[in-house]
Amino acid sequence: MATENTSTPTVGTGRPLSPHLQIYRWHLSMVLSIVHRATGVALAGGLLLFSWWILALASGPEAFAHLRGFIGSPFGLFLLLGWTWSLFFHLANGIRHLIWDTGAALDLPSVKTGGVIVLVLSVLLTAVAWATVYVL
Amino acid sequence: MAEFTLPKNSKIRTGKTHPKPATSKKPKTFKIYRWSPDDGQTPSIDTYEIDLANCGPMVLDALLHIKNDIDQTLTLRRSCREGICGSCAMNIDGMNTLACTKAIDEIDGDVKINPLPHMPVIKDLIPDLTHVYAQLTSIEPWMKTQSSPPSRERLQSPEERAKLDGLYECILCFCCSTSCPSYWWSGDRYLGPAILLQAYRWIADSRDEATGERLDNLEDPFRLYRCHTIMNCTTTCPKGLNPAKAIAEIKKLMVVRR
Repeated sequence: MATENTSTPTVGTGRPLSPHLQIYRWHLSMVLSIVHRATGVALAGGLLLFSWWILALASGPEAFAHLRGFIGSPFGLFLLLGWTWSLFFHLANGIRHLIWDTGAALDLPSVKTGGVIVLVLSVLLTAVAWATVYVL
Repeated sequence: MAEFTLPKNSKIRTGKTHPKPATSKKPKTFKIYRWSPDDGQTPSIDTYEIDLANCGPMVLDALLHIKNDIDQTLTLRRSCREGICGSCAMNIDGMNTLACTKAIDEIDGDVKINPLPHMPVIKDLIPDLTHVYAQLTSIEPWMKTQSSPPSRERLQSPEERAKLDGLYECILCFCCSTSCPSYWWSGDRYLGPAILLQAYRWIADSRDEATGERLDNLEDPFRLYRCHTIMNCTTTCPKGLNPAKAIAEIKKLMVVRR
């Protein structure tokens, strides 16, 4: 019964806690909300990759070649793709949050439309960014 | 820290099955959360196979049919059966709503019914609402004035009165608060959408003279600002109200008065 979690309202009562995440039906705005936080964490993690890149650049050709080997590997490319998408999703959804902060677009139809726009935009911007890199 | 799994004493096991009657014109299966404080067991999901030909169209009708004709131990709150008292709020088919206004026809497959999420359970579908009521008291949901009382009612223009539309209709069923992940993880300190909508109902009232005091009370990293616009509250509200919008309006007033 005892848990360290003080915000669990059943501690010490002998009562069970009713199920929550286990049973709640997921819908778009709930998914996008947690993805916003996840992409925020991913962006912070991506900064490590970025710092490594800067450090390698400063350390000389050998270190930089080693980094390029990693980034060029399928796993490295996957990380980079994930980071790019996280960036654009977090950006687009962040703007959506700014609009909400003005009190606008908080009705259900707008929330749904906004969510779809953010998703499409994040994929589109990621594609444009990668296409630009490959064309150059 | 948020705890995403259920505590050990809250884990759900498979319970009893009450099989369908021999002849069933319109069979439907209900899977209902059960817990009794008296038998020392963990919660279970009991299965009731019923004939919809024997009951009314709403989920509450089915629950009362089960209680009256199949299993009298099933325990739930209900009163008005027309969506105005808020007693029969529960989680039906994954969303919080009122059993009395939710049609069985709207649900595909088995009807899964749980108590309002992340609440202490008193018995079966009855959550302990002590804490949410205490939180409601904390925002002082009544008109507060300093000016001396007029000799008649305090008047309001139609425009001022219109600002309360979408707020006064709240029936305090707490579907919204118990749908909110932020409230699940921080409900001890975050007031949650239902209480914040009530707080805004008094802030928005032209006759109330305690707006500054009310905003002071909400100016807190937890009480107000745990809202992350997840939008579960507005999505689930059985009265079609918009708590997220009310919270956004309070946040705006906080900025404006700086």
